[in-house]
Amino acid sequence: MNTLIRNGEIVDDGWQWIDAGEADLSVRLAAGGRFVLPLAAWLVHRASLDPACAGVWLGPDDEPESVLPWLADIPLIAIRFPVFTDGRGYSLARLLRTRHGYTGELRAVGDVLRDQLYFLQGCGFDAFQLRADQCPEEALAAFQDYSWAPLSGR
Amino acid sequence: MYLYNQTDQRLVDDRVVQFRDQMTRFLDGRLDEDSFRPLRLQNGLYVQRHAPMLRVAIPYGTLASHQLRKLADIARRHDRGYGHFTTRSNIQYNWVRLEEAPDILAELATVQMHAIQTSGNCIRNITTDQFAGVAADELFDPRPYCEIVRQWSTLAPEFLFLPRKFKIAISGGAEDRAAVRFHDIGASARVAADGRIGFEIFVGGGLGRTPMVGKTLKGFLPREELLNYFEAILRVYNRYGRRDNKYKARIKILVKDLGLEGFAKEVEDEWAWSRGGPATLTEQSFVDMEAFFARADYAPAAADDPGYRQALQGSRAFARWVERNVAPHRADGYAIVTLSLKKTGAPPGDATAEQMDGVADLAERFSAGEIRVSHEQNLVLPHVARKDLPALWEGARALGLATPNIGLLTDLVCCPGGDFCSLANARSIPVAAAIQQRFDNLDYQFDLGPLELNMSGCVNACGHHHIGHIGILGVDKNNEEWYQVTIGGREGAAAALGKVIGPSFAAGQIPGVIERLLEVYLAARHEGEIFIDAVERIGLEPFKARVYGGAA
Repeated sequence: MNTLIRNGEIVDDGWQWIDAGEADLSVRLAAGGRFVLPLAAWLVHRASLDPACAGVWLGPDDEPESVLPWLADIPLIAIRFPVFTDGRGYSLARLLRTRHGYTGELRAVGDVLRDQLYFLQGCGFDAFQLRADQCPEEALAAFQDYSWAPLSGR
Repeated sequence: MYLYNQTDQRLVDDRVVQFRDQMTRFLDGRLDEDSFRPLRLQNGLYVQRHAPMLRVAIPYGTLASHQLRKLADIARRHDRGYGHFTTRSNIQYNWVRLEEAPDILAELATVQMHAIQTSGNCIRNITTDQFAGVAADELFDPRPYCEIVRQWSTLAPEFLFLPRKFKIAISGGAEDRAAVRFHDIGASARVAADGRIGFEIFVGGGLGRTPMVGKTLKGFLPREELLNYFEAILRVYNRYGRRDNKYKARIKILVKDLGLEGFAKEVEDEWAWSRGGPATLTEQSFVDMEAFFARADYAPAAADDPGYRQALQGSRAFARWVERNVAPHRADGYAIVTLSLKKTGAPPGDATAEQMDGVADLAERFSAGEIRVSHEQNLVLPHVARKDLPALWEGARALGLATPNIGLLTDLVCCPGGDFCSLANARSIPVAAAIQQRFDNLDYQFDLGPLELNMSGCVNACGHHHIGHIGILGVDKNNEEWYQVTIGGREGAAAALGKVIGPSFAAGQIPGVIERLLEVYLAARHEGEIFIDAVERIGLEPFKARVYGGAA
């Protein structure tokens, strides 16, 4: 189980992750719970789900513009990092937080490592699903890497 | 000069602690090589041919004497007693020990220096004209803007994992001595008809594998929008720049793929939102920043000091040095002096610890304790009273830094090449040495006039060979070193890329090839016409014919 850090604390994840192209999705959704759906599936199933239980995840080349009409009601947006050196998710986060004013949970998932947490936070992420091999205690320390706030993240 | 405030100091101090922890985890095996590599690169640490190389940032090429002494101290204690000044006005240490890198960074932090973002796929050190703030011909001093951009780009969290490296140059707008059109973003000072201050913004320039001259993205950007607009460019690039092929990942390829108009449309859309927003720069921020760089303490000095005049008449060697190494300063009675790191026999751009200490002393005596690093890999003393020139010349001669060759053939630009760099296809330093030896005769060089020769050991083009009037590129053919020759490149307002003259040569042939190129020029030149102008007038053919004897 990957560690989830939310607002600086290790917490249990109350959300079920749906992968892209998952079979029998309707059956799974019908069973109930809170789900994080890939963008394409979220757009299909959004209307039939309780908005408070339907999060969406974006890949690095997904356009956040497609979720804008419903942004105020989305409880959780996850941005997936296929590899930690793919920096597109940083810009997606900044766009969502600043230009589009998103205020719900913004979660980094995938290749999320201790050494990027401070900067991910600087772009507006407030939740982090760590890569399985990451030490949770070391990761918590990462939020104190700097006693300084980056100029461009203020 | 800019001085760190508490925030700047905390940042570099925290960075040292963070990197020390990362290094410890790497050495312990808790951080794997793939995860560590981008972290060490963002701290300027490469793993090279013989030893790790540490590249230290010299923001917009400006150093104080006490900082240069620290660089000398590091060269002595952590390297083999010298350092290499680069074409991006940084300094590289080629023989550091991996585990000592955090200690070196800690040393640097004590003099307000660091190695942050000197490598890696992030915004690199900001560069400018080495004569910024003192040049007689500039519209306004670009350094306050360089510092504003430096602070903004340092650990800018959104832009630490770009598709590829990203280089920004800002110049004062007159003669371009910062090669702004060969950077990912170039900004050149402009003053609008109504007196507003701003910049012309170029985008997509660069050398390397796919050399391109930057195109004008915006004819006039008001200065208060500098960061909003840069952020818009970087965001578009970060989102849409190619990540599937590192050779096509620079912004120039994105600009080419979208077309200049298509790219500009994306940037305008992003900027339309941020324009006038929280990152807009205030008048007060310019006033505050300009105060760091303003110099009102020039003692009134006679434009025509008798001692100086006497020295000019009395010594041909001094007069020659003044002719080549001394440039006009905007204050009466002052001059800008370039100390040549291109003495024949020494690798271009290298300085020993003793030379660094010596230059720090000279700067304190004669240049208000300030030194600049030029992208031609020389050191510059920017505030020298003309009356002090004879004494400075003596001091520079004693250090071996008074070769009167600035802008001449032997002032050649050259990367470390295959002797050090693991990317290189061929060595560059021995070829540079052979060229310098062949053309060491000063009378010959003065007769040739201004001539820029640039050499790179591989297509990454750290030696900027594409913009040399004569360019030399090391290539690998069946594991042998060969050298391709280009002519016709130039920087400045008439920026152009050099063209290949034909098949490549063995190292030993290069001095002879250059000699033949120069013979064509000497025979064809008009009165006062410099090499590059002659090349543009008569074209490549006469040069090819002379070099290849019609066989190419």
